[in-house]
Amino acid sequence: MANLRKVKEFIIEKLIFTSGIASIVFVALIFIFLLAEGISVLRYVSLGSFIGGQFWYPISDPPKFGILPLILGSLLVTAGAIAMAVPLGIAAAFYIADVAPVKLRNLLKSCVEILSAIPSVVLGFLGIVILVPFLKHFLHLPTGLTALAGSIMLAFMALPTIISISEDAINAVPREYKEGAIALGATHWQTLTRVIIHGALPGIIAASMLGIGRVFGETMAVMMVTGNAAVIPTGLLQPVRTLTATIAAEMGEAAKGSPHYFALFAIGIVLFVISFLINLTADFLLHRGKNR
Amino acid sequence: MKKIEVEHLNLWYADFHALHDNTMSIREKIITSLIGPSGCGKSTLLRCLNRMNDLIEGVRIEGSVKIDGEDIYQMKSGLTALRKKIGMVFQRPNPFPLSIYENIAFGPKVHHMAKAGELDGIVEESLKAVHLWGELKDKLGKSALGLSLEQKQRLCIARLVAVKSEVLLMDEPCSALDPLATLKIEELMRYLKTDFTIVIVTHNMQQAARVSDETGFMLLGELVEFGRTTDIFTRPKDKRTEDYITGRYG
Repeated sequence: MANLRKVKEFIIEKLIFTSGIASIVFVALIFIFLLAEGISVLRYVSLGSFIGGQFWYPISDPPKFGILPLILGSLLVTAGAIAMAVPLGIAAAFYIADVAPVKLRNLLKSCVEILSAIPSVVLGFLGIVILVPFLKHFLHLPTGLTALAGSIMLAFMALPTIISISEDAINAVPREYKEGAIALGATHWQTLTRVIIHGALPGIIAASMLGIGRVFGETMAVMMVTGNAAVIPTGLLQPVRTLTATIAAEMGEAAKGSPHYFALFAIGIVLFVISFLINLTADFLLHRGKNR
Repeated sequence: MKKIEVEHLNLWYADFHALHDNTMSIREKIITSLIGPSGCGKSTLLRCLNRMNDLIEGVRIEGSVKIDGEDIYQMKSGLTALRKKIGMVFQRPNPFPLSIYENIAFGPKVHHMAKAGELDGIVEESLKAVHLWGELKDKLGKSALGLSLEQKQRLCIARLVAVKSEVLLMDEPCSALDPLATLKIEELMRYLKTDFTIVIVTHNMQQAARVSDETGFMLLGELVEFGRTTDIFTRPKDKRTEDYITGRYG
């Protein structure tokens, strides 16, 4: 009887251990697989002309695998989205955390959650049907499928992340700071902009970084509204193609083991590295905020 | 000279009747202490004097609090000016997450009290008033969060000196400090009372006896007895006061 219990304990212990360790194993396996497949592209093209090449013609003869337009496309769309989502998100977070009356606060919080629950393909769909024609008409463009459209869609997707994490950061600012400032005769606005923001800043920066990470890795909504032209972008009002959209659009038609196939995996590595750096920065900022 | 006059003050937190018909007058430039067991309403009463209770939802207040003859619950505007005049020191020292310099400069800045170039002087004077200048003059740019608890509490008092507060409301200002730091803060209070009217809430009876000139004893929201500290501690009129100061209460 006692033995049976011991065996049971042992099995459960090992099961939990396996579950815990699984995520590490999966990450390692994914990375190894990505690396193994992607690295082969260097047989066809040098690292410099892969990253820095201006032309992405994967199926012409000879093929050209330059991903610079894609990297720039991704960065441009991300930058545009962040320029919209970060100020709006932070302002919304301040409103929800510190200004709104309790009833409105709860309503707003639920709305933010609902916003984050909208599938990206649905957002992309709305983008095609509403946003793209609107931009074309409103800005007199030859096509509404532009980097701007992608940025706006992505801003929607980044907002919930930025709002909810910033709001947590603002709520985590000790109440004493606020009381101290109010008791000194500061107005609500002065308290917010001169005291509370200093306490919440690391968290707000981290929220923005996580928002950036979310936006950078997003595929579907962007693919549907950006026009997918693999040219080096010179402005927000042009069609662009992102790293993610390239993989999603071309993976189906790339023959396994072909240079094109390897090149798409290599794009995956580039994405992985950039996302990893973004997350790392966010993590660093969050921890710095906690240790202070 | 009477600085603060509280008349028939009643306060409710939603349905809970927290202050029952409190009446007292606080004289200028002395130290007045409010004592009583936890939850007796002494902090609530203190927070009525600078209207900090306004921040709590569901508070209802009746009666009047006159400061320099003006009822602060009747005035329509000037809440920020009121809180500048009636400064508050909290139980947990609460310097802002800014530099030492910016902590002091905060008040004068938000009240537009200083022209460019005057701030340095204000910071120096305020820190001197709380005897911190010597220790801190070379690290004004450092974060105030790195100071010791006692230094933080002095800094918080210095913030009030900087905005030229007339009244200092102290809500258990020493309960986070060790005994030695407590004595030093008390010494500072005695030094400051030549310029400030000080009201201190404390659960520490010895502290009230040591530092204050007048004392109010509160129980269950009622101001049981108010008078000279020596009278309260040696010849209490009310049986309940006597029970409390001799340690026979609950």
